[in-house]
Amino acid sequence: MNKRLIIAVTLSSALALSACKKEPPETTPLPPQDTTSTPAPTPAPTSTAPQPGSQQHFSSAMSGADTIYFDTDQSNIDTEDATALRRQAEYLLQYTGARATVEGHADERGTRDYNLALGERRANAAKNYLVSLGVPESRLRTVSYGEERPVATGSNEQAWARNRRAVTVMID
Amino acid sequence: MIRLRFPAAIAGVALALLATPAMAQDDDLMSDLDPSSIGADEVEDVAIEGDAPDDEGISVTVTADAWQDLGIAIAAFATNRDQPTPANSQGTQALGLELARVVYSDLRFNGLFRPVGPDALPRPSYAQITDPAWSTWQGRSAEMLVHGYVRANDDGRLTVGCYLYDVALQSELVREGWVVQPSEWRRAAHKCADLVYSRLSGEDPFFDSRIAYIAETGPKDNRVKRLAIMDSDGANHRFITNGQSTALTPRYSPDYAKIAYLSYVDGNPRIYVYDIGSGRQTLVTQSSNPTFAPRWSPDGRYILYSMAVSGNTDIYRVSASGGGTPERLTFSPAIEVGGSYSPDGSQIVFESDQSGSQQCYVMNADGSNARRISFFGGRCATPEWSPRGDQIAFTRIAGDFNIAVMSPQGRNMRVLTDAWHDEAPTWAPNGRIIQFFRTERGSGDTSIWQVDLTGENERRLSTPVGASDPAWGPVLP
Repeated sequence: MNKRLIIAVTLSSALALSACKKEPPETTPLPPQDTTSTPAPTPAPTSTAPQPGSQQHFSSAMSGADTIYFDTDQSNIDTEDATALRRQAEYLLQYTGARATVEGHADERGTRDYNLALGERRANAAKNYLVSLGVPESRLRTVSYGEERPVATGSNEQAWARNRRAVTVMID
Repeated sequence: MIRLRFPAAIAGVALALLATPAMAQDDDLMSDLDPSSIGADEVEDVAIEGDAPDDEGISVTVTADAWQDLGIAIAAFATNRDQPTPANSQGTQALGLELARVVYSDLRFNGLFRPVGPDALPRPSYAQITDPAWSTWQGRSAEMLVHGYVRANDDGRLTVGCYLYDVALQSELVREGWVVQPSEWRRAAHKCADLVYSRLSGEDPFFDSRIAYIAETGPKDNRVKRLAIMDSDGANHRFITNGQSTALTPRYSPDYAKIAYLSYVDGNPRIYVYDIGSGRQTLVTQSSNPTFAPRWSPDGRYILYSMAVSGNTDIYRVSASGGGTPERLTFSPAIEVGGSYSPDGSQIVFESDQSGSQQCYVMNADGSNARRISFFGGRCATPEWSPRGDQIAFTRIAGDFNIAVMSPQGRNMRVLTDAWHDEAPTWAPNGRIIQFFRTERGSGDTSIWQVDLTGENERRLSTPVGASDPAWGPVLP
């Protein structure tokens, strides 16, 4: 749940930075207090800074670059995606203990089995690009969620564009 | 007419097919149930092989246009002695009414005939089951009449008899009887509906069958998806998984002993084979790669599945008994996914985007001689070969998603539904009705629907919660 929330928040900030036609359109950002509602593992009175290599640390360091977007039925990495993946690679090369999962997703306007295969393609496209930038393959895994985990729940082009994505998530 | 794929003894289902006369030597009614048209030899055949006797005498197989309008009166089943059973604590008289209601619902809700149910009809006596009060039924403009009886046996089982009469001719068209455990009383009603449907339409039966599907609850961005099963009419509904991990795309094995389906239970999409009897499940293949889109071969010996290796999805085949080495059937760098066997097991229809978009292809069962069959514009996805072999149903994507059929050569394409998003056709055991699921735009709510091959009779199935990924099994063994 928390992971999902963070992805949604970082996604919103990514949108504000980009104007590519492939990118999702501007959306209403979530209230900022939502990001701090993440429960701490212990009820410590003062919150500690996120641990480098943790999902929280990675997500805030990426500020949206943890997610790349695809055109309908496509899985190619364009220049915009490459920029985001370079930031991810720099992070992973800096924090050599960090391991990550690349999650591949599809929009709802596909058939279920094909969307699982398409999510595989997208996750592997992102992973292969990270490997080409020097990230050891052993530190990366992939998973396809097909159309099963949308971040945008509308049934329109804007929502579908946000859901056709590959998201890099740290394995805490 | 009723062709069972496995002898009942092997399948372990306690439903024996028996002609009624054999069951009731000391019952005076039963002497009436022993016409010369059903001989002892045939009874023997029925009991052993599960085959029904051939029809004799008057042949009434009306054309499709005509039988849709046929008026059929389905009266409450009678009983020789009213007594409570585990099937109905009120007694066999109340059970007889329930049996007729199930027959009525089967025929009515599938757009077949114009049945009138037991709640709107007089209740025949036990003696009238084999000697109908013709004048009563002629006065109700019923062309066909269904009678039946239910009897509690000393061994705890039930005997259910089913009779179809032509009212105008005042003659019996067909009869059959079954001995069932009380818990399976609805199966006897489905078999009666199958008997009536088969006799009048000339088609194979299909009501006595089950459906596996995915039950959906919760919001669109946090949907809970559970494996569930139910009878073909939605009764005997049962959840199999608890929803803690997403379950998708179930498929019944042809003998109903197992269900292959996708689960994220270990965090990755993988096919498991769930054994209904033991409740245990095993991975379809020992691989760290994701596997999805399971399909059984018609003989149950193989499972087809799709597996992604380094992002490239191809179709594989593995022995359903487990432990064998998977055999790769497709080799292109494109997505090859799904797959559905022809009824004789010699060919497989599947989808591939090697042309640039999803299209349907047919290959031999060993993977050789793959060729594209869909050339009618739009995309072709989730192809499913009819159990009759004469049609392939698929999801046609041309703007909206709709259910369509075509010949195995890819000709005579016909679109059967008209909605925003209909997906994943699955065939009734007789190849005459197609189920699929419909997704509502916006809410993403899903429901299971079915449509006949004319596209005219479409209806929504009643399910407790949202429903997707239906998979219709064969006629029960």
